[in-house]
Amino acid sequence: MTYVVKPKFHHPELPKNKLGFTHRDYEGAVSTLCAGCGHDSITASIVEACFELAIEPHRVAKVSGIGCSSKTPTYFLGNSHGFNSVHGRMPSVLTGANLANRDLIYLGVSGDGDSASIGFGQFAHCMRRGVNMVYIVENNGVYGLTKGQFSATADRGSKSKRGITNTDNAIDMVGIALQSGASFVARSFSGDKKQLTPLIKAAIEHRGAAFIDVISPCVAFNNHAGSTKSFDYVREHNEAVNFLDFITARAPIHVDYAPGTVEMVEQHDGTVLALRKLNAEYDVHDLEAAMSFLHHHAAKGQIVTGLLYVENESEDLHCHLNTVEGPLNTLSEKELCPGSAALEKINAALR
Amino acid sequence: MKHTDISVPDYFHKVVDCQWACPAHTPVPEYIRLIAAGRYTDAYMINWESNVFPGILGRTCDRPCEPACRRGRVEKDPVAICRLKRVAADFKDDIRDRLPKPAEKKNGKRIALVGGGPASLAVARDLAPMGYECVVFDQDPQAGGMMRTQIPKFRLPESVLDEECQYILDLGIEFVGGKRIDSMKALLSEGFDAIFVGCGAPRGRDLDIPGRKEAVKNIHIGIDWLSSVSFGHIDKIGKRVIVLGGGNTAMDCCRSSRRLGGEDVKVVVRSGFEEMKASPWEKEDAIHEDIPIFNFLVPKEFTHENGKLTGVLFEKVKAEYDPKGRRKLVPTGEPDQHFPCDDVLVAVGQENAFPWIERDCGIEFDKWDMPKVDPKTMASSNPKVFFGGDAAFGPKNIIWAVAHGHEAAISIDRLCRGEDIGVRPAPQVTIASQKMGIHEWSYDNEITLDKRYRVPHREKSAALRNIRAEVELGYDVELALKEAERCLNCDVQTVFTGQLCIECDACVDICPMDCITFTENGEETELRGRLQAPAKNLTQDLYVANNLKTGRVMVKDEDVCLHCGLCAERCPTGAWDMQKYLIDMTLAEQACHLKA
Repeated sequence: MTYVVKPKFHHPELPKNKLGFTHRDYEGAVSTLCAGCGHDSITASIVEACFELAIEPHRVAKVSGIGCSSKTPTYFLGNSHGFNSVHGRMPSVLTGANLANRDLIYLGVSGDGDSASIGFGQFAHCMRRGVNMVYIVENNGVYGLTKGQFSATADRGSKSKRGITNTDNAIDMVGIALQSGASFVARSFSGDKKQLTPLIKAAIEHRGAAFIDVISPCVAFNNHAGSTKSFDYVREHNEAVNFLDFITARAPIHVDYAPGTVEMVEQHDGTVLALRKLNAEYDVHDLEAAMSFLHHHAAKGQIVTGLLYVENESEDLHCHLNTVEGPLNTLSEKELCPGSAALEKINAALR
Repeated sequence: MKHTDISVPDYFHKVVDCQWACPAHTPVPEYIRLIAAGRYTDAYMINWESNVFPGILGRTCDRPCEPACRRGRVEKDPVAICRLKRVAADFKDDIRDRLPKPAEKKNGKRIALVGGGPASLAVARDLAPMGYECVVFDQDPQAGGMMRTQIPKFRLPESVLDEECQYILDLGIEFVGGKRIDSMKALLSEGFDAIFVGCGAPRGRDLDIPGRKEAVKNIHIGIDWLSSVSFGHIDKIGKRVIVLGGGNTAMDCCRSSRRLGGEDVKVVVRSGFEEMKASPWEKEDAIHEDIPIFNFLVPKEFTHENGKLTGVLFEKVKAEYDPKGRRKLVPTGEPDQHFPCDDVLVAVGQENAFPWIERDCGIEFDKWDMPKVDPKTMASSNPKVFFGGDAAFGPKNIIWAVAHGHEAAISIDRLCRGEDIGVRPAPQVTIASQKMGIHEWSYDNEITLDKRYRVPHREKSAALRNIRAEVELGYDVELALKEAERCLNCDVQTVFTGQLCIECDACVDICPMDCITFTENGEETELRGRLQAPAKNLTQDLYVANNLKTGRVMVKDEDVCLHCGLCAERCPTGAWDMQKYLIDMTLAEQACHLKA
């Protein structure tokens, strides 16, 4: 834990976004996680993504559960709304918040324990419903706060720091997300911000449930030989299928790429993702192919990263439920109490 | 880019901007930490060792360290390094038992030092404890040279000057006061083993314009006038005074005039305000004492009536720059301006004068009639004669004189031992990790946001009543601590060991200044453009390490690093460490090296 306050001084040449903020303005308190924790890099990526998108901090709600990962919302967006909920219950708290105020950007931050064990059901249902959110799992394969037991995402056959081999099968969060109907699914690595930051930006822009599984090495308990979530292992076995180069908002696009190497993916709001293909055969719109590709590579011990699936015409929970357009707190008495004529109409429909 | 070789002392020395900028390379952050710890005597001794005159320099130094100070790049104003030095001098205990003792046995070598100013005294201080017999000659009865004759007492009290000169004279140095050396030949024939010339630049430049002769009674050469004031030969001046010139001497002249009866004192300068040679704080002090400064006025004529000065006539000019950026002052065509006055002080520059050095005694002079001096060894073309201070390369300042003195002392010592004076001793470097515990460092790395603290001044009317009353009162202990806390400890270096790095980015994420980048290697100019934050300050090095597992390089821009140690604090493997690099310039034979 760091006791020194991070100095307020910043680099004099630091770029500003169109709101006049530097990326320092999107920081939170100094991290109390172990030095070198992968989660801190994810925090930095979230900071960078929000800075680059020029998001107004008060338009963001960050919600988390319990665990090392769930502590991190304290370390970014110090001026945003936040809710640190019960273990594994981030999805339901976030769903409720989202239904009440659909205008905010929802960042759900969770870990492998929080989402693949105690909150596994919550995770699946939140994906299923298409809650409009970014769901980030900071996945290190161990229970760090309780000193390094295998978590539900630890690969079978991987070794703990004490040399014990994991005999249980791993839950692949990406597979579950795909199966449950998430409309944006990606995987990345905390040690590769160049890949991760654009994915977070795209996920924020996406309408519907956007899920990112981020492998995040635990330097204290899971960064040794025999671990499949260490810096070295992930770097050696990283199989990136594509690379998100940039995102534009409706502006005309001029890119100079060899034909067939770049795919432009248009989102519901008109923003366009420029996806540079690293694997020419991989199709981000083909759910079935994506799932079999993942199975195939997982069997070889490879970790597939990049934007794995995105639905073209995505919808979210509000579309499904046909809810009112604005946040509930903007509804006036007139709309909430439409009068006896309206009541009469409803009652008649129920007779 | 190539892997940075941090074993070269200069690399980390450059990071300590203040020490690098100081001609004597005083280890500034080290003594500022001691001041913060209340160890004034220790702080003083570090200074004494390195710059010989801490109390004097703490009041009068030209402070090349301050424009270099990193604090000026990350905040606004530099740490008040100079005035903290004075704090060490003001609050120290009796230090006499810490000084070197006069040599018990002389080594039989005799050194003559011409002039009793800072350069000669520095040489004598370095050499005397080693057994050299040093004889200092000065035309004035007391030691100190220009420090005594030129610097007004309201800036440098006599007691401080006497004290620090005495420390040196007490080392068993023979001071021959009131003796002017008129012949180098004669001196050479006296059998000295070496001669050091530290006689300053004693001639004030005159202004040969119409009326100069006629009004001679009321036109004074600035430095001569100041020395007469200093010795008490002059104690008043007319009510209306014009000071010509824009350097520090001009500032001393105008402020002295204000104390000797000058009520309407003006400074008139050829150049613009910004280009004036005077230090900004000296200009400020003059303006504060109700002395207006007029710029872009070239003196044309001294006006007079019946042999009495009536004023000065000026031509208005403006600055024009040619394509090469050279400035030219051209008349604006506006009507000339006349300022009436009773007295004029001419402070338009100083010159060297060596009428006493015969041109056939083996000392070569260049086309500007200056001796040819090797800037590294301070040797002239006569192997036995060395120069230093203003006498070597024209008017500079005290700290340069001291630096020259150290170098000359090394040369003289090597000469007397029959060694090659071209071989210079390497600086001594001590490296020590500052890590005390997992989250503890042996230096204060909490960065304060405080702005520079002002030094308290004597109330103006009281200051103007007495020419001997020191204007600056100096920081008190409380202010000194606050100001000392502003120092960023640049000598506590960020040392990177690539073999230990796991490239987790923790340092990149925590660095408040975005100094650290892990990226693909490239050419320096290209690399500077694509770092975490652009590295546009080309005077500051990039620290590059290329021994990483992924084949990338770690690049750290030294420019605005706060030395807060957060990179080392957040590093899980100890690849970053905060290590104190104490760089001690070697003095002659280490005689005055108190730690040795």
